[in-house]
This record gives sequence, C-alpha cells and structure tokens, in this order.
Amino acid sequence: MTTTPATTERPRPGSLRELFWAFTWLALQGFGGVLAVVQRELVERRRWMTNEEFMEDWAVAQILPGPNVVNLSLMVGDRHFGARGAVVAVAGMLLLPMLLVVSVAAVYAAFATHPMVVGALRGMGAVAAGLVAGVGCRLMGALARHPLGPLPCALVVTITLVAMTVLRLPLAWVLPVVGGMACTLTWRKLPA
Amino acid sequence: MDTTLHLQLQPLDWLQLFLYFFSVSLLAVGGAIATAPDMHRHLVEQQGWLTELQFNTSIVLAQAAPGPNVLFIALLGWNLGLNTGNGTQLAWAAGALGALVCMLGIMLPSSLLTWAATRWAHKNRERRAVRAFKQGMAPLVIGLILATAWVLGKAHGDAARDWPLWLLTTVTTLLVWRTRLHLLWLLAGGALLGALGWV
Repeated sequence: MTTTPATTERPRPGSLRELFWAFTWLALQGFGGVLAVVQRELVERRRWMTNEEFMEDWAVAQILPGPNVVNLSLMVGDRHFGARGAVVAVAGMLLLPMLLVVSVAAVYAAFATHPMVVGALRGMGAVAAGLVAGVGCRLMGALARHPLGPLPCALVVTITLVAMTVLRLPLAWVLPVVGGMACTLTWRKLPA
Repeated sequence: MDTTLHLQLQPLDWLQLFLYFFSVSLLAVGGAIATAPDMHRHLVEQQGWLTELQFNTSIVLAQAAPGPNVLFIALLGWNLGLNTGNGTQLAWAAGALGALVCMLGIMLPSSLLTWAATRWAHKNRERRAVRAFKQGMAPLVIGLILATAWVLGKAHGDAARDWPLWLLTTVTTLLVWRTRLHLLWLLAGGALLGALGWV
C-alpha cells in the first residue's frame, strides 16, 4: 500500500502552468510546514516521483542551505523543464502563499486573542504534527528494498531520532556522523 | 500591530538589508528558521528596524499560515517596510518592497547552489558514490522527519493536561499512515475541534 509500482512510463507535469499551480496548491495546503503535503501530492496523487526518489531528493534538499521544500520544488522543476521549470516551481511555491501570509498578518491583530482562533490554531498544530509523523511511517515501507536491509535501516532511523530529540544534538553533527556512516555502509553493499 | 517604530530608510539601507539576507542565505542549513537568532540580533538589537513583538509575531504567523515556513522572512520585510511608511498610504507599498527585498536576498544564493549541485549530481548519477549517498541517506531522512513530528508535537506541552492534543496527533498519524484521506480534511477537523474547545 505504501509502495508505488515501479513503472517506466510515469506521469510528469505537462506544462509550466501545470507545474506552477501544482506547487501553489501544494504550498497552500501546507499548514505548519509543507513536507507532508509534498509526499502526498507528488508521490501518491500526481505520481511524478516514487517514494525512493522522494527520499533521495529530500536528503539532498535537506543538506543544502535554504528551505528544504523550496529546494525540492526547484529540483523537481529543473528535472522536467530545466532552469525555467526551476524558477516556475519555486515561484509557485512562494508567490501566492506570500500574498496570503501578508494578508493574514494585516488582519491578524484584530483576531489574535479570540479564543476560537487560538483554539483552532492549537488543533491544527496537533494535526500538523500527526501529518508529518504519518508521512514518516508511510515512507518506512520504501525501506524494505533498501540495500542495507531492514534491521540496519531501522537502527539508523532510531539513532537519528534519538540524537535529534532526546540528545538534542545539532543537525550539523548528526548529518555528517550518522549520514556518513549510513552512506559508507550503503556504498559497500552497492555493486561497483 | 505594534507600530511604535518610525524609520527613515535610505536606498543604501535597503541595499544593506538585501545584502544581509543574501549573506545569511548560505548559512541556512536545516531551514531558514535556524538562522532566526542571527536575524533577531541584526534586525532588532543592532539596527533597531523591528520591534521584539513584530519579530516574534512574524515567526508565529508564518508557521500558522499555509506555505513554507521561510515566509516568516517575507513578514519581517513587510513589517520593516510598514515601519518606514509611518502609517501613510505608502506604508503598504513599502511593506511589499520590504517583503520582496528580504525574500530575494534569502532565496537567491541557496537556490543557485541547489540548482548547481542538483545538476552535478544528476550528471554523475551512475557513480557509485552518488548512488551510495542518495540511498544511504534514506533512513536518516525518515529519522529526521519523525524528529520534526516530535518537535511539532512537543509544543503541546504537558501530557497529563493536554492529552487530547496528543490523542489528536496520534489519531492523525494513524489516518495518514493507513488511509488516503485528504490532508485538508484532517486539518479542518483539527481546526474545528480546537475552535470548539474540545482539544
């Protein structure tokens, strides 16, 4: 259920316009971060990428400076339409949401302390945490075919989670140390 | 909105603002929010271009509103622009200018680097090292995603008092994992439960 069928003929964005609106729509659904929506929209609904590709791209987007969802949209846009696609995808991700957030800021002051608004934001915050956790669980299905095998994969997931949450180590340490370890082990398993 | 600041910004100040975000861009590994402490130091403490309240509200609003969280930088620029407009009709134009200047500054360097790096990786995608890197990072990525969920969930506070929020998060996790229910329904449900005061 969590895996996408490995076909060679996969859907792709038909035009720059479709690309723009796909990322705008995706960004406008992203309350409390866009990560969960990216996986749902790009992998499961539009099928422009597989879960494996999503994780590969996400790793790159995460390591490079800049907002990772914006980096990811740039990578997807570039893959399909070159530099123009990259610009259009990033613009789709940022333009309308920017108008929206500025409008929200302009009217926010009047409703900031209204108990229903405060409550709704609390409820949406709790759901947003669940969205991200749920996507993490779904992606774990894709690890079944990982060269390292399921158990070492589970170990890397756990080490990363503990390092970031319980030990509160900076990402600048976790990425090179845990990531370097995982990549080296993977490198040894891959055919030359 | 706190509008106690009345600024007179010269063209050189706008350029300096652009260059500040331009220089911070490449430091923003792990998201722009990681550089928020430095922005606070520069914009609030050093230059006095934003009030404490404007800075904090910008971050809270950008996280609550849809869209990438990096849009808090657009809000910083918006507020800064408003501060120069002194409540005149030009204030909104100045706000829009501020938002654009800050967003272009923060996005340009990191986007260009990502673009170049992606092209390089794609050209060399058959190399064993590139494949090992991309595949090897997969379990780490899942760990980071779960850690992000943990950080978002921890904002709920005390589990004994706020258990309905934790329950809502857990139910949402299961629904996303096991069903294809549209995420907007889940968010709307959360907003409704919260507005009614049930969580």
